[in-house]
Amino acid sequence: MPAPSSHVAEVPGDENTAGDERAHFDSLIAREQRIEPRDWMPDEYRATLIRQVAQHAHSEIIGMQPEGMWITRAPSLRRKAILLAKVQDEAGHGMYLYSAAETLGADRADLTAKLIAGRQKYSSIFNYPTLTYADVGVIGWLVDGAAICNQVPLCRSSYGPYARAMVRICKEESFHQRQGYELLLTMMAGTPGQREMVQDAVDRWWWPSLMMFGPPDESSPNTARSMAWGVKRHTNDELRQSFVDMSVPQADRLGVTLPDTGLSWNGERGSYDFSEPDWAEFAQVVAGNGPCNAARLARRREAHENGEWVRAAAVAHATKRAARGGERP
Amino acid sequence: MTGHDVTVYESLANSGDDRRWAFGTGFEDPLAGVDMSVPSGVDGADLAAYATMLGDDALIASQRVAEWITRLPELEVETAIANVALDLLGQARMLFARACGADGSGRGEDDLAYLRDAHDWHNVCFVEGPDADFAGLVMRLALFATWRLAVFSRLRDSTDPILAAIAAKAAKELTYHRDFAAQWVVSLGDGTEHSHQRVQAALDALWPLVEELFLSSPVERRLQAVAVDPVMAREEFEDVVGRILEAATLRCPGPPGGGQHDGGQHGGGQGGRDGKHSEHLAALLDEMQSVARAHPGATW
Repeated sequence: MPAPSSHVAEVPGDENTAGDERAHFDSLIAREQRIEPRDWMPDEYRATLIRQVAQHAHSEIIGMQPEGMWITRAPSLRRKAILLAKVQDEAGHGMYLYSAAETLGADRADLTAKLIAGRQKYSSIFNYPTLTYADVGVIGWLVDGAAICNQVPLCRSSYGPYARAMVRICKEESFHQRQGYELLLTMMAGTPGQREMVQDAVDRWWWPSLMMFGPPDESSPNTARSMAWGVKRHTNDELRQSFVDMSVPQADRLGVTLPDTGLSWNGERGSYDFSEPDWAEFAQVVAGNGPCNAARLARRREAHENGEWVRAAAVAHATKRAARGGERP
Repeated sequence: MTGHDVTVYESLANSGDDRRWAFGTGFEDPLAGVDMSVPSGVDGADLAAYATMLGDDALIASQRVAEWITRLPELEVETAIANVALDLLGQARMLFARACGADGSGRGEDDLAYLRDAHDWHNVCFVEGPDADFAGLVMRLALFATWRLAVFSRLRDSTDPILAAIAAKAAKELTYHRDFAAQWVVSLGDGTEHSHQRVQAALDALWPLVEELFLSSPVERRLQAVAVDPVMAREEFEDVVGRILEAATLRCPGPPGGGQHDGGQHGGGQGGRDGKHSEHLAALLDEMQSVARAHPGATW
């Protein structure tokens, strides 16, 4: 189904209706109430949300890969069960986010085609490699932690289906974060080799995690409009600061050092000062030149293309059944 | 974050609702406090060996199924396959816990999973091989789940109450696995000409391995009322598989038991139950055990 344009186009010449709908939309936003799929919405609002929700859905699906590759090698059966359940959750998150995008008139197959053609983005964090099992824990602690900081405010997104999906997703993400942190605590209480693995993973994931909040506010062109529409609730820099403030005491308790010599408590601000991430690296990864961009997309494309004959068979079988017994395909 | 968001975050982070999480992913030992004593008249070593072989089937099958995650044709299939892998892993863990409780060796589930070499595993060879394509995956799962359900539905009456309880839980899961896989076998068989050929090829490749599923081992014969002799599962297996293949318009390559058990491929003897495996198992174990064995003395 193509993305419907606004209702205005369907009521040519009725300027009053258009004005009323616009006013109704604006008043819902102003009163912090939810926009629902049947409500009129500006085309730009719809397009912005489809982009946001689709990127989020793609991130969940691509995000299955860096951790999923450790399922077969998980070092205990309990860790294997935890990791399997987590990766399964991510597939589930992807499904209901694609469904939320479909309430806006997008189509999952079309969004998937855009992803594997490189025309839609996913979170750049998943373009970094997972090198040891400690990465599984650090992804839970820092990457899921950063995702939670980003996503909890989205439980109040102005778009109803997205906001409701985020409530459930945040609950599961917070469980994942706790499990990741618990793995790291266990490893830090283990052998010297395990402690080194944890520190090494923290060193590699800290800066990419800070980049998850996006570019600094002064170079984030869409932030102001997205905030006015209530589809974004805090600026990138505000969220980044809250993540740092949350993570530093957790790092202390864990017994790891965060790889930033500029990190220090600022009593005046009541927050930690920290150094700037390497935004040139961020730009490179977003542009598709990170360490694993090609591999992640290739895996997704391969799964999609290798599944083509299976999907075709399912359609053919459903059609035959319908023809035989009058059953709906 | 604003005060509102912090409150939301804290309520999320502190939610104590862990009940819906998959078996064994929580922070508590799910079998803590269960009476693991061996029923009178039952040999503990035999009981442990039996629980281990059933656990081995489940863990190796789970490992193979899990290899497919991120490679499947639809997201719905991703979640279903992850679910199957989780269920089988959960079955393996409970069966290993039963084994460790019965033999008095003081070992734990991870000792069984990570510290045994191929010749000490007693899974059927049927579960060892990798699947070349989705047709192979669903066909192997359909045959395996049909067989295992036929065994486990009888194991619910075991005189060992722990095995009986494990079997009761597992039978529900296996019913779902069988139905899920059978539906795909039917969709592929009755789908396009191409899918029909692929799923027929998968069946033809797996069929010679089916016979081994019905060979009873000495342990199974000795543990009469505790264990299920797989011979007892044969009629149900043949009936169910016959109906699946008919709906899928597939040709059965021949009766299981047509003397096709490939002793040569599996190194002679009776097969997996005796520790005689295909070359696939050692490679699978190399991968599965790599991290655990690389860090002796580590805790995870």
